[in-house]
Amino acid sequence: MTEQLANIDQKLFEILETVSDPEIPVLSIMEMGVVRSAELKNGIVEVEITPTYSGCPAMDVIGDDIKAAFRKEGYEAKVELILSPAWTTDWITPKGRAALEKYGIASPLAADADKEALLGNKKLVKCPQCGSLNTKLISQFGSTACKAFFQCEECLEPFDYFKCLK
Amino acid sequence: MNNLIQYILGIADNALILGQRLGELCGHGPSLETDIAMTNISLDLLGQTRSYYQYVAKMQGGEATEDTVAFLRLEREYKNVLLVEQPNTDFGYSIARQFLFDVFHLALLEELQNSKDEMLAAIAKKSIKEVLYHTRFSSDWIKRLGDGTEESHNRIQTAINDLWIFTDELFHQTDADKAMVTEGIGVDTSLLKSNYYKKVSGILDEATLQTPVVEYFQKGGKQGIHSEHMGFILTELQYMQRTYPNMTW
Repeated sequence: MTEQLANIDQKLFEILETVSDPEIPVLSIMEMGVVRSAELKNGIVEVEITPTYSGCPAMDVIGDDIKAAFRKEGYEAKVELILSPAWTTDWITPKGRAALEKYGIASPLAADADKEALLGNKKLVKCPQCGSLNTKLISQFGSTACKAFFQCEECLEPFDYFKCLK
Repeated sequence: MNNLIQYILGIADNALILGQRLGELCGHGPSLETDIAMTNISLDLLGQTRSYYQYVAKMQGGEATEDTVAFLRLEREYKNVLLVEQPNTDFGYSIARQFLFDVFHLALLEELQNSKDEMLAAIAKKSIKEVLYHTRFSSDWIKRLGDGTEESHNRIQTAINDLWIFTDELFHQTDADKAMVTEGIGVDTSLLKSNYYKKVSGILDEATLQTPVVEYFQKGGKQGIHSEHMGFILTELQYMQRTYPNMTW
């Protein structure tokens, strides 16, 4: 992640950090890891973003928001959507994971644990409200394609779990 | 290039038409959770379709866009298999259709990742992560319905029996498909067939369901000769573009 973004200039980075994910507003697009590169070329900022899921309806909005954020700082920006390498939940930064949890979304487990949890075999997803592991899967798909729906059996709160994508 | 376009449409149209079928369940799923799950799968499939169609439109050049590819073709120009256009008769049919397609789709993408065409390989690598979840969802429901009540068992068995005749077409290869296999771009689906039936039977077995045995398989979609359902699907799918030509959101 850090390596991939090494070519982003600090000034551009700071502007990109002000753009939030429209579906999870507590997260910036940098914390989500969807920005793959940003470069100032001949006075135009060229940004490459990659979708979390193919059908993610947030991508168009993110593109527009990036352009607006740069315009505000006096830059013209061009945004390109790239598919390769494919986004993985590993690119969500530690700060991003913490923000997710604080917002009430359980952050992704490692791939093996994720599979066990989503098949309902093991209780591994921690309730972001009370921290209990006594949670159960309600649906493999939640409010968006990237999340599953869980319920805590201790505090009874339902919550989203951000599925592992690797 | 025409072969490449035809080859891509053969893959992309499956995703579009199945996505459209699943979209019909929006607000009509048997429970809120399954409703959301199936429309989420629809969204994934439409997202994948967009990537393929954008690529096709770029090759077609001129005025072509992903929308012209999606909305302005005639029925005979759609190359999806018959399986994906079959209706949502009941939840059993929707799940059986999904399951029979997902197992194939996953196997196809696993191979397509290695395509010499970089764009196709990239789309496959992206899609495969999503299709893994689809396959898990539909396989899980096959087991729940099959090994559930007498009613759910009978219904899912009936759906599997009815849809079985459409499975062989998944492995048919058009001339364009064969040309792309030769070039190392396309996937030789004939090599996926035995594993497909083994995997499907294994899950049906676990679900206490019978694997159907049939003597005749239905085909035609890949040649553009569709079932009676296709016209209705396209009427709804293309309604806005036909009624208000060149409209944009």
